[in-house]
Amino acid sequence: MGAAEKLMSWQVVCNSTDLEEMIGARALLDGEQVAMFRVKGKLYAVSAIDPFTKAAVLARGIVGSLKDNIVVASPLLKQHFNLETGQCLEDESVQIKTYQIRESDGKIELASN
Amino acid sequence: MTKQRIIVVGNGMVGHKFIDNMLNHDRAADYELITFSEEPRLAYDRVQLSSYFAGATADDLMLTSEDYYQENGVNYVLNDKVVEIKHAENKVVTASGREESYDKLVLATGSFPFVPPIPGREQEHCLVYRTIEDLEAITASAKESKVGVVVGGGLLGLEAANALKNLGLEVHVVEFAPRLMAVQLDEGGGQLLRRKIESMGVAVHTEKNTREIVAGENKRYRMNFADESHLETDMILFSAGIRPQDELARQFGIEIGERGGIVINNQCQTNIDNIYAIGECALWGGMIYGLVAPGYTMAKVAASHITGGDEAFTGADMSTKLKLLGVDVASVGDAHGRTPGSLSYIYQDGVNEVYKRIIVSEDSTKLLGAVLVGDVDAYGTLQQMCVNGMDLPESPEGLIVPSVDGESAGGLGVDALPEGAHICTCNEVTKGQICQAVRDGATTIGAIKSETKAGTSCGGCVALATQVMNAELANLGVEINTDICEHFPHTRQELYHLVRVGQIKSFSEMIDKHGKGLGCDICKPAVASILASCWNDYVLKDELAGLQDTNDHFMANMQKNGTYSIVPRIAGGEITPEKLIAMGQVAKKYKLYTKITGGQRIDMFGAQQHELPMIWQELIDAGFETGHAYGKSVRTVKSCVGSTWCRYGMLDSVGMAIHIEDRYKGLRSPHKLKFAVSGCTRECAEAQSKDVGVIATADGWSLYVCGNGGMKPRHADLFATGLDDETLIKYIDRFLMFYIRTGDRLQRTSVWMENMEGGLDYLKSVIIDDKLNIGAELESEMAHVISTYQCEWKTTVEDPEKVKRFRTFVNSEEKDNTVVFVEERDQIRPANEEEIVRFVESEKEIA
Repeated sequence: MGAAEKLMSWQVVCNSTDLEEMIGARALLDGEQVAMFRVKGKLYAVSAIDPFTKAAVLARGIVGSLKDNIVVASPLLKQHFNLETGQCLEDESVQIKTYQIRESDGKIELASN
Repeated sequence: MTKQRIIVVGNGMVGHKFIDNMLNHDRAADYELITFSEEPRLAYDRVQLSSYFAGATADDLMLTSEDYYQENGVNYVLNDKVVEIKHAENKVVTASGREESYDKLVLATGSFPFVPPIPGREQEHCLVYRTIEDLEAITASAKESKVGVVVGGGLLGLEAANALKNLGLEVHVVEFAPRLMAVQLDEGGGQLLRRKIESMGVAVHTEKNTREIVAGENKRYRMNFADESHLETDMILFSAGIRPQDELARQFGIEIGERGGIVINNQCQTNIDNIYAIGECALWGGMIYGLVAPGYTMAKVAASHITGGDEAFTGADMSTKLKLLGVDVASVGDAHGRTPGSLSYIYQDGVNEVYKRIIVSEDSTKLLGAVLVGDVDAYGTLQQMCVNGMDLPESPEGLIVPSVDGESAGGLGVDALPEGAHICTCNEVTKGQICQAVRDGATTIGAIKSETKAGTSCGGCVALATQVMNAELANLGVEINTDICEHFPHTRQELYHLVRVGQIKSFSEMIDKHGKGLGCDICKPAVASILASCWNDYVLKDELAGLQDTNDHFMANMQKNGTYSIVPRIAGGEITPEKLIAMGQVAKKYKLYTKITGGQRIDMFGAQQHELPMIWQELIDAGFETGHAYGKSVRTVKSCVGSTWCRYGMLDSVGMAIHIEDRYKGLRSPHKLKFAVSGCTRECAEAQSKDVGVIATADGWSLYVCGNGGMKPRHADLFATGLDDETLIKYIDRFLMFYIRTGDRLQRTSVWMENMEGGLDYLKSVIIDDKLNIGAELESEMAHVISTYQCEWKTTVEDPEKVKRFRTFVNSEEKDNTVVFVEERDQIRPANEEEIVRFVESEKEIA
């Protein structure tokens, strides 16, 4: 990406209260489905599409930790994805897209990486 | 080198075992095997024959398959009997005229049922009990009969009596000797067995010599006895012992014993060197062995001799342990105390109907034999002591007298057994072999079974084999990690107790006190399920919602494309036309695919998450409630129409099914629970394949437990009979709560039962006899769950905050564009990948 910080366009997607601790939510960002999570107060955003089934189910997975990874488990075939990196823990060759997410003025905002 | 040709005459259990032994030999390739059977199928398990009446099919009983023989190059000829041996030319000839030469001939012709030469014995409905075809004939005859008589009160006779009883007949056992099981039991044991069997409604007539079978006055036949008494019956089953099938050998000059049986030496050879005889057709040391274990030993010895080994047959232990008509019976060694100078200890408990006797040597140092009726827990210990000639403890009576606290004392630790002790006599598996398997990594009884074959024939040694395994694991210092996941160093059962005892109400409290990390998709739903089983709070209560699997979270079943299916409760499968119409209208309105489920309900597929609350609002308005098809919880109670409509129905099965479903609906458990209630033993509701199955009989309800369909089908075990409504419900309450307490995560009741130490008997002692004194506790825990039931969907649609969670997108009203349906047979189905691509392209064109 280079050293220069990429110009990012943040979009407000919902109120802070819409994203509950440990319960995923789904948003549309320029036509892309994004799964958002709040884990121990920290926010994460990854693609909502499960790469193994192509179904948009990842926002509905259970969030937790495996070793040092904060992960979401696909509710379909139970693969785990690291929420920081998008890396699939069961298959090194699979990585899902991650997004920028932040909270300001009681709103949740998303941006493309 | 040309292969040696080996012909095996007879493909019964022993004939097959011989072939198996040959195939497993290092030089198996040096031999060509051919086997002939007069029966229409390859070897099957005659020991488990009676399970055929409990629903096992011929396939279930098969010990091998045509595929297996083909893969291993074994030639087999069914339905063709060998009728001639030309031993001068080393050839056999079959009934169809086929001639085959051999280098070695193995006779495994088995035995045939002995039918006493009673005039009138050759009529229709006079049958024997030996092959699958016999069982088919018995079933057919029973349909036209009310009363059945079994001639012969030995082991097989009583098994046959049980079969007739299960077929619904009034059963009589007629025995020539003065007591039942005269071979295995002494007088005291025989008397108690008789009392117990009679109390179950089977009439026992001893010292009866049947003179003739003539036409009856009230029933089809009348049996006239030598003492001038008589008995009327519709069918007669002869089970008066076996006779060796030695006809072929006899005709062609092979030596036969005076009272039958092909004479063999220690290598199982007949008087002609290259002809062997094994199993029930063989006579060794003047004895015919009518049990499978000695037959298997002979098969091994013959195979060893043919392949140049030096094993020898030197007699066999005839100890047996079995359950006859629900009565536990065991006999070890010299059960009659015939050894000169032997002494006996006898323990009799008239209240609990237990009889135990041990026979010890003159100097009281060795155990010679034993008889056990009503309580056979000591069998494993006694049998091992006897066979291995181990020293008796100082007070031998301790082996049979219960100690004060009710546990049997004086037991023998498995550590005391020698390495060579046969744990599984059927398959000749020693303690040493089991320990070796454990050292090689087999750490479950299932693994031990598949590695060593121990416990895979009659199953009588499973408890002992488990003890040996556990002892070896302990010796190795192996700790098996049974932790549920990395976050909790506990099993599900332990988590359950921690929740219950610590009154824990949330996951965060649980992980703070007993775990580490954030939890995961294994422990979160498990804890959520336990919390629900214990406290039964609303599953979407804030702190609980994030723990639920998506199915529980959205209270619907996620399908492959991320949409959901919906199953409203239709208790007992009973539904009004109005409700059917209402469901149809909802399905039509939301364009859902509909299908009838296996549990007598209707499933509606293809709903997106935001549609679920709307659909449910309409269903609730129409009088439906949630069906919990999404939960690890009570699913359905399937039923037949029962006595209300059916001419065969004994009781109101639909009424009971609805009662049960309403009682347990919403109950969360380690895995899903399926029930069924049948109105009679025709069993149209298939209750014997359910976790809890109830069948109506003339005497009340029969309760079956721990059945399973699915990936690994298991027939349910008969748990109790003749129950009234109240007792039935009490047992089910206790059973379910005990399962919830002790089951592993995602462990169905079938596997739970199979892994339970002590198995069905133990479960009965806990549920029926309340051995652990927890019956009242289990019932009150169940009462709590029942009294706190709520329709989760009703609670949800009434709370706008909860409904918000069902939005597909938090920032858009758009639909999920990954969900694409196409039409098939007039309904929707998810599009496959190729179809989705086409769909997207056509959308673009339109745009």
